[in-house]
Amino acid sequence: MTYLTKPKLHHPALPTNALGLTRRDYEGAVSTLCAGCGHDSISAAIIQAFYELAIEPHRVAKLSGIGCSSKTPTYFLGAGHGFNSVHGRMPSVLTGAALANRDLIYLGVSGDGDSASIGLGQFAHVMRRGVNMVYIVENNGVYGLTKGQFSATADKGSKAKRGAVNSDEPIDLVQLALVLGASFVARGFSGDKGQLVPLIKAAVAHGGAAFIDVVSPCVAFNNHPGSTKSYDYVRAHNEAVNRLDFMPLREAITANVAPGEVESVVLHDGGTLRLRKLHPEYDPHDKVGALSYLEAHRAKGEVVTGLLYVDDDPTDLHAAQNTVAAPLNALGDAELVPGSAALQKFNAALA
Amino acid sequence: MKSIARVNDFVVKFANVNGSGSASANGLFAKAVLKMGVPVAARNIFPSNIQGLPTWYEVRVVEAGWRGRRGGVDLMVAMNPETWDEDVAEIEPGGYLFYDSTRPIPSSKFRADITVVGMPLTAICNAEYSDARQRQIFKNIIYLGALAGLLGIEPEVIETLLAAQYKGKEPLLESNRKAFRLGLDYATANFEPVGLRVERRNKVGNRIFVDGNNAAALGAVYGGATVCAWYPITPSSSVAEAFAKHCQRLRVDPATGRHRFAIVQAEDELASIGMVIGGAWNGARSFTATSGPGISLMQEFIGLAYFAEIPAVIFDVQRGSPSTGMPTKTQQADLLSCAYASHGDTKHVLLFPEDPKECFEMGARAFDLADRLQTPVFVMLDLDIGMQDWLCDAFTWDDSRRLDRGKVMSAAALEAGKDFGRYLDVDGDGIPYRTYPGTHPKRGGYFTRGTSKDRYARYTEDGNAYVDNMQRLLRKFETAKELVPAPVVERAAQPTHAGAIWFGSTGAAMAESLEVLAADGIHLDRMRIRAFPFADAVAEFIAGHDHVFVVEQNRDAQMRSLLVNECGVDPAKLIPILHYDGNPLTERFVTREIAEKARLFNVTPMRKVAR
Repeated sequence: MTYLTKPKLHHPALPTNALGLTRRDYEGAVSTLCAGCGHDSISAAIIQAFYELAIEPHRVAKLSGIGCSSKTPTYFLGAGHGFNSVHGRMPSVLTGAALANRDLIYLGVSGDGDSASIGLGQFAHVMRRGVNMVYIVENNGVYGLTKGQFSATADKGSKAKRGAVNSDEPIDLVQLALVLGASFVARGFSGDKGQLVPLIKAAVAHGGAAFIDVVSPCVAFNNHPGSTKSYDYVRAHNEAVNRLDFMPLREAITANVAPGEVESVVLHDGGTLRLRKLHPEYDPHDKVGALSYLEAHRAKGEVVTGLLYVDDDPTDLHAAQNTVAAPLNALGDAELVPGSAALQKFNAALA
Repeated sequence: MKSIARVNDFVVKFANVNGSGSASANGLFAKAVLKMGVPVAARNIFPSNIQGLPTWYEVRVVEAGWRGRRGGVDLMVAMNPETWDEDVAEIEPGGYLFYDSTRPIPSSKFRADITVVGMPLTAICNAEYSDARQRQIFKNIIYLGALAGLLGIEPEVIETLLAAQYKGKEPLLESNRKAFRLGLDYATANFEPVGLRVERRNKVGNRIFVDGNNAAALGAVYGGATVCAWYPITPSSSVAEAFAKHCQRLRVDPATGRHRFAIVQAEDELASIGMVIGGAWNGARSFTATSGPGISLMQEFIGLAYFAEIPAVIFDVQRGSPSTGMPTKTQQADLLSCAYASHGDTKHVLLFPEDPKECFEMGARAFDLADRLQTPVFVMLDLDIGMQDWLCDAFTWDDSRRLDRGKVMSAAALEAGKDFGRYLDVDGDGIPYRTYPGTHPKRGGYFTRGTSKDRYARYTEDGNAYVDNMQRLLRKFETAKELVPAPVVERAAQPTHAGAIWFGSTGAAMAESLEVLAADGIHLDRMRIRAFPFADAVAEFIAGHDHVFVVEQNRDAQMRSLLVNECGVDPAKLIPILHYDGNPLTERFVTREIAEKARLFNVTPMRKVAR
């Protein structure tokens, strides 16, 4: 059962956000994933991010495919509409939904099995089109629901729980997203919420195709020695290029940091991203640099995390479509149905 | 030899090479006859090829107004040496052959029982034009001029059409007019008029000459569609392309120049239907257009839309199947793959337009039905309706009509505390209420999924809840019977125990065939099916007859299978009449098949009983 109800009572002194909502208002049903699953940490990060952003939960559309990760939209933003679609095809459903109503926030949640295999084509094309969305892949390198087969993101040479060695090259969705034109690309680790929450917030504020690959260990099938997606491996090989602070509109920047270590990025809505650089040479505006940096560190077995690429002035599919400002689903008869006079002109041209 | 002599009732067939520019000249021929007030039935018979393969254009000049093919050819315009033998063989005894006589053709290649009209087209073009492309293009206009002379088509009519076609391109107009006159003058000087004549009448009225894909796309505009996602596939591509064209004219906000529509050419049919489902889930009327192979690819998603109850409109322009089949040929062979699309127990609403006018009407109505029934709706065109120009009554629209968005619970109703269960049958018709995402901060949110759920959209694997939901879906399908377009029933002139059932483009040949059969003493009551699920009238019609011919354009009698399956009728009563060679049905084929089977099954007209 993924629709267990939680007690609605909560402590009257719980802190509230700008909308007067508590963090509890951003939760969903009780998770039915395994205890310790990285995906639950990501759900918690999503809850925290939307709570801090003070976005009404019902204005978020949560879409997913099939798999463990795709179950998670039930576990956060319970007041929002969710759509658990078919395997690997969430991107197209999200694209259609985004076309229908440009005013909602679109959060696509997928996994490595869902996005890197059957869904690779749709993953590619949703990035190309610049759909205004946050696309999160909860990446554990295995198929959990079918009990531990390798996925296409498993590293070559990594070991399955029962000893099988993966002989195929991995697909790096981050590099793919970069090449395919995603305008915001990041990688996080489910074990580092402090890094992940601001990444999600910044991705929500970004006005184009935002992709976050979150390495999320599978405690049941891929958290053993020999796995490159285990908690221990990722902690030991995490190569964070930056830490992010997300500052919504008009909030003063107060933290003290040494000059040259911080880069401020002004977002399209007036908010600001502050990047604390951990590697001064890494420039998240340089796509080519990002690709070579990623490839160099991948060769060393390191997992590069942080905000890897951002286009400060993104466009999206609605801009390309030149659609009206009102959501298409709100247009009525007067705007949509041309009527008999226009039909007479059509007839006359063909008579 | 007796030459055929007929006025406003004959078949001209143009045999051309694909990509040689003949389509424009041949189209002008058909339009010129229409402009003289004489109806035509035209069929473009084309290859899956851009340049070089044989292509034909058949124009039936038919004052009686029949819209199907007759069968046979009275005048062959043989412009393709590659298909010469078969083209000459197709001419009716006493018919005519028009050909390019520049190069000598051995006498063994002709027939003694036809009249041959040779014109040195290539020689004339070579003398007149130096440019190779011009020599090719104007050859078509020159033969158009010659045919006008031979058949009595008024030259002014063609010149007016040319003027309209090349409006604003005066040099092109002048050179086309010159080529046309060249052919006309040559024919006047060198040929006796043939026995086939076009004479001015007033039988066209305000009817329009239009293809079904164009009409269906306009229907989608009038049906309020705002999201179109598609993948190019013959013969459906022009639905999306026409939708784009109509929207540019009718759906651009005049104040801002911005679009009240979105059209995405997807990466494949899986993505097209995914986008349609996403858009429709989110409250925008959404559709895709595809053909059989696309339907196959969409199966999984169609099952999701059925089970999750998402309105989605799918225009299926059927072509020769299975597999890649015959991409540029027509069939009605996707009935079963659409009616029961996807795994598990599924049934879908199908609409069967008979001509472009119904493509427009059903194209619009499909969106109301999909929203009202919250389920996928298929509009079943075929290549014959979709890509051919048909003479139809002018389209009409009732301005008092409003889009029926179905059962959508508003924010106000939710605020007022109305009980919302996404899969709760509150009205007993099997149709629940839906909410659009983002409607209300606290109420009306739910999770859409392809897995089993209870009446309040909560995930459950409980067998009783699953059965409860599946039974409600059946009730909804029952409701659909009353909402879809009703069958059209017509009685024969004389009482009879036999009937005929057909649907879609088959109607064009059927209308004429039934008249021919009646003249031969075979009287058939008739029913044109316009939708699936079948209204009760369908089973009643079959019950009221001893034998019913089911005429359709596929090998396996798919409509007959649906009838047997859904109406529980005795299969022995349903006599299949099947045509599936990919070419549009002819009156002669249907008449011959029905007459033969009528003898075989001893279907005789009911004897008059003295009262």
